[in-house]
Amino acid sequence: MLEFRDVTFQYEVEDFNIIDSLSFRVEKGEFVSIIGASGCGKSTIFRLTNQLLPMKSGEILVNGRSIRGQKGYCGYMPQRDLLFPWRTIGENLRLPLEIRGGLSRAEMDERVDRALTHVGLAGCRDKAPSELSGGMRQRAAFARTVLTDSELLLLDEPFSALDFLTRISMQEWLLGQWEADRPTILFITHDVEEALFLSNRVLVCEETPIRRLTSIEVPAGYPRTRACLADPKMIALRETLIGMLRKEGTA
Amino acid sequence: MRQSCKNTLPALILVFVLLMGWQLGAMRMDAAYILPSPTQILARLWELRGPLFTAHLPATMEVTAIGLAISIVFGLALAILMDARPGVQRAIYPIVIASQTIPTTALAPLFVLWFGYTIWSKVLVTVLITFFPITITVYDGLQSVKIEMIELMTTFGAGKRDIFLKLKLPATLPYFFSALKMAIPMSIIGAAIGEWLGAQSGLGYFSRRMLTQLDGAGVFAPIVLLSVVAMLLVAVISAVEKKVIRWRGDL
Repeated sequence: MLEFRDVTFQYEVEDFNIIDSLSFRVEKGEFVSIIGASGCGKSTIFRLTNQLLPMKSGEILVNGRSIRGQKGYCGYMPQRDLLFPWRTIGENLRLPLEIRGGLSRAEMDERVDRALTHVGLAGCRDKAPSELSGGMRQRAAFARTVLTDSELLLLDEPFSALDFLTRISMQEWLLGQWEADRPTILFITHDVEEALFLSNRVLVCEETPIRRLTSIEVPAGYPRTRACLADPKMIALRETLIGMLRKEGTA
Repeated sequence: MRQSCKNTLPALILVFVLLMGWQLGAMRMDAAYILPSPTQILARLWELRGPLFTAHLPATMEVTAIGLAISIVFGLALAILMDARPGVQRAIYPIVIASQTIPTTALAPLFVLWFGYTIWSKVLVTVLITFFPITITVYDGLQSVKIEMIELMTTFGAGKRDIFLKLKLPATLPYFFSALKMAIPMSIIGAAIGEWLGAQSGLGYFSRRMLTQLDGAGVFAPIVLLSVVAMLLVAVISAVEKKVIRWRGDL
């Protein structure tokens, strides 16, 4: 689904390649988390994938095709919901459809209504973003990302600004959404437990510059509940991952 | 509504006390050609209502309207141009800021020299006073748009046109209203100053004529009228703003 081939990137203000001939693959329908310490460059991987940053060399392929010149192959959900305050929730969800064009107003409204029902916000179409709670706003932002109609979703620490209880219920909710539709999700987080609970595979960002991502399978199947986190294998893996991340932090 | 009455009550009481002080002081001094009392001014305003409302107020409003319209059109155009072309911004913005230190009103006699007693000398003063604040405020509004929001739009596949129409324009609207509320009183002041220096009609001209006749109340009457008009116009704009923008501060 997504493949990095020897991708190299350097920020103009830095004198080294923060991403140095990095290669990795994500298969269709996978839920993969990238974990790493703050500032290690994991968000840069997203910004290269959605072409907000131009890579220096290498190739990024989505569905076997280079992303150069392509549009709309991935949906991006940032950490903050970025719902436009002058638009209602429904109008916010309509934004990606409006930009892509080709649908009538009625068709767009119908798709927005379906998406809202799907994320459990059926009654919120005409509400202002400020009337919604943090968790509801993130759900609306997720629905907006899904409405880009991309099979590949890039979620950049979407729950990190939420309080703990909202965060775990949002994680369960996201897992439900993924199990229902099986999109390919690439999920950035610095929360090891969040990564273990959600994904079938974790990519660990152990060093900066990033030359490789260590791939680790999560030893749990789906459907999952939070009880799986108490499994001895999961606890051991959690400690291993924390150890890997801290090694980088103290180096 | 009750809340807003409560909030303005202290200010109203203070204004009333000051007016009473003025009234008593003026009555005691008893020299209306130097310090007319508020009641004398109101009486004079009533006596002069014919020429003031039928000839001079419309003349001043005409100058204000033309000047303000020119300032808005060119101010918006320049702000948008500076926002779209950083090169233009670098060339013009410092000059715009520096020009604010020029005492425009002191230049006004020069405009009378150029344009004579026509309406254009007054319009030019008005434009010079209001053009730059509008430009700067709207430009700041365009620049205040969050980079993350622009990036989000980009990942949806939006081009410059979509970003301008769907993001920059609505995000800048509150700034535009602020600029308008600031520019209206300034444009009226500009028009009055222009008329004071050289005109055959208008409230500024009328005030000056009364001065030559040592009619203190007659000098004040048109000024009271100008203030009331400015306040009414700003109130109208504020009401429109409240209708259009319900999300100020949510961004």
